[in-house]
Amino acid sequence: MKITNMKNIVNIAVTILIMLSVTSCFDKKKPNYRYMPNMYTSVAVETYSEYEILPNGQAALTPVKGTISRGWMPYEYENTQEGKALATKELKIPLAVNEENLAKGKELFNIYCAICHGNKGDGQGTLVKREKFLGIPSLADKGRNITEGDIYHVMMYGLNSMGSYASQTNEKERWQITMHALDLKSKLNGEPLWSSAQKDSMEKETTSNEAN
Amino acid sequence: MKKVNYQNLSSKLSLLLLAFVLTFSTNILAQETGDAIAGEALYKSNCAACHKLDKKGVGPALRNVAEKYERDWLYKWISNSQGLIKSGDSKAVALFAEYNNSVMTSFPGLSNNDIDNILAYTSLPKPEPKVAIAPIAASNNDDGNLQNIILAVLVLILLLLVTMFYLVAKSLTKLSQANGVEVQTATKKPLWKVIVQNQFLMLVSAIMFLLVAAYFMYAFFMQIGIDQGYAPVQPIHYSHKIHAGANKIDCKYCHSSAIKSKHSGIPSLNVCMNCHKNIAEYNGEEDLANGYTKEFYTKEIAKLYEAVGWDDADQSYTGEEKPVKWIQIHNLPDFVYFNHSQHVNVAGVECQTCHGPVEEMEIMYQHSPLTMGWCIDCHRETNVDLENNDYYEKIHEELSKKYNVEKLTAAELGGLECGKCHY
Repeated sequence: MKITNMKNIVNIAVTILIMLSVTSCFDKKKPNYRYMPNMYTSVAVETYSEYEILPNGQAALTPVKGTISRGWMPYEYENTQEGKALATKELKIPLAVNEENLAKGKELFNIYCAICHGNKGDGQGTLVKREKFLGIPSLADKGRNITEGDIYHVMMYGLNSMGSYASQTNEKERWQITMHALDLKSKLNGEPLWSSAQKDSMEKETTSNEAN
Repeated sequence: MKKVNYQNLSSKLSLLLLAFVLTFSTNILAQETGDAIAGEALYKSNCAACHKLDKKGVGPALRNVAEKYERDWLYKWISNSQGLIKSGDSKAVALFAEYNNSVMTSFPGLSNNDIDNILAYTSLPKPEPKVAIAPIAASNNDDGNLQNIILAVLVLILLLLVTMFYLVAKSLTKLSQANGVEVQTATKKPLWKVIVQNQFLMLVSAIMFLLVAAYFMYAFFMQIGIDQGYAPVQPIHYSHKIHAGANKIDCKYCHSSAIKSKHSGIPSLNVCMNCHKNIAEYNGEEDLANGYTKEFYTKEIAKLYEAVGWDDADQSYTGEEKPVKWIQIHNLPDFVYFNHSQHVNVAGVECQTCHGPVEEMEIMYQHSPLTMGWCIDCHRETNVDLENNDYYEKIHEELSKKYNVEKLTAAELGGLECGKCHY
């Protein structure tokens, strides 16, 4: 009687141990087994992988000096006060001011800029409201008086506490954001929308051209 | 007696001292609180972007700046710093050079009175560091605790039942023995012997065993290569819960290439530094149950500074970089092509559809199985937005006729063709 009891207990203990060992194999912190691991990794160099031959072992590298990546236009103004003044004076929006560009600009502004500058450009973004950042100026700030070249230049290099957004956006996107920022500025100043004024002047130009 | 006298004297003296200190301190407060409160608001909206009170920012630390410079000079500097530099003021020129020629914005809008208010605020003494409050656990993990309690109660009940049955059985046998009734135990054969002796039962149990084994084998083989729930420990503890959840930063802010490339992109550290140049310590909510204290998060930010080579005290880059070896979580085999921009930009799929509630994840994990079946299920169910797509209008019309449906799914537009993802 007692012996069979003991046997039962041993049996139960063994099954519990087996069940535990099966379930404990799953560790969230480790990747699972794979059927053919070599089919997961590319033979060619992948963007974020590690290779001994590369500096720091990093495949993620900045472009070689003196080369220009596809779709990237060199920016000639220097990251100095003089450069900024020159960009403010000379740089003009090369894109057409139309609904498509403005809509895209709004979307991008809300992703990259609004988190600090606010959806309205009044300097009341979520991070400011949560006091992670303080003192973000309104786009309509009188002391700054931003212009198209100015906005583009600051996005390119950053200014004071603001970092550069050149790695997150391309040239076209930066200009689209500039358009939306100018629209917001005019709205904050209570003026007619910058973009509609632009469109009007363009129409006038075309009509005057036709008249000629 | 003498001793008593002395005691009285000292207590009287200390009382006097206390009264003196109190009156003095209230005087200070009375003089400056009104101004300082107005100044704080002005400081936060105008100065705090570049200046911190006790730490170098883009510009110098501002605590007690009023003592370092004359009031008139400060008025001039704040309203138009560039003008002051151009006028050749030696202090202004030296300051400008010391801070890498970064121009302080002019504040013509601030009156001298406003500036006085701000200076009153910056002249307030540094607040004493708060004494750490003893951690109060159990506030955050109510759900988990409740479950544990229920589980413990159930286990207890089970144990009680087992012991009760055991005791009842024991006392019953004792009782029957005492009454002279023979308890039949030896006649009972063990189960396995019964099965072995009966051929039919042998067959049935063999089939049962094979079926169960096949079921578990199938389940085991099917989960190989699936990393659902995989949550590796990353070199820097980055909390999506804080960044995307509490601070509501758009996913695409950091993963900007998700809109225009195949990869969603691991943000390079310069993107972190867009914000963390200014945010060196964590002041948000803590999760004490899991050990995520403010110090813990601040240390993680320090790890970022070390990796990117940022000297926080000097507010400059040292140039010594140590790339962070992030561990890839979502990994499609090399023979599958997947393009983020096609899904995010063209189809307008929310990031959370595939990646789950990332804004609630303290530790990032893989939400979806990322199997082919999972891809295809979604392609079969998802209707494609055909509005305002004039270019393909004709094709869409023909396809609608062919499949006799009004809304086309991704599958009907060719989302199931092998060559779309495997080539």
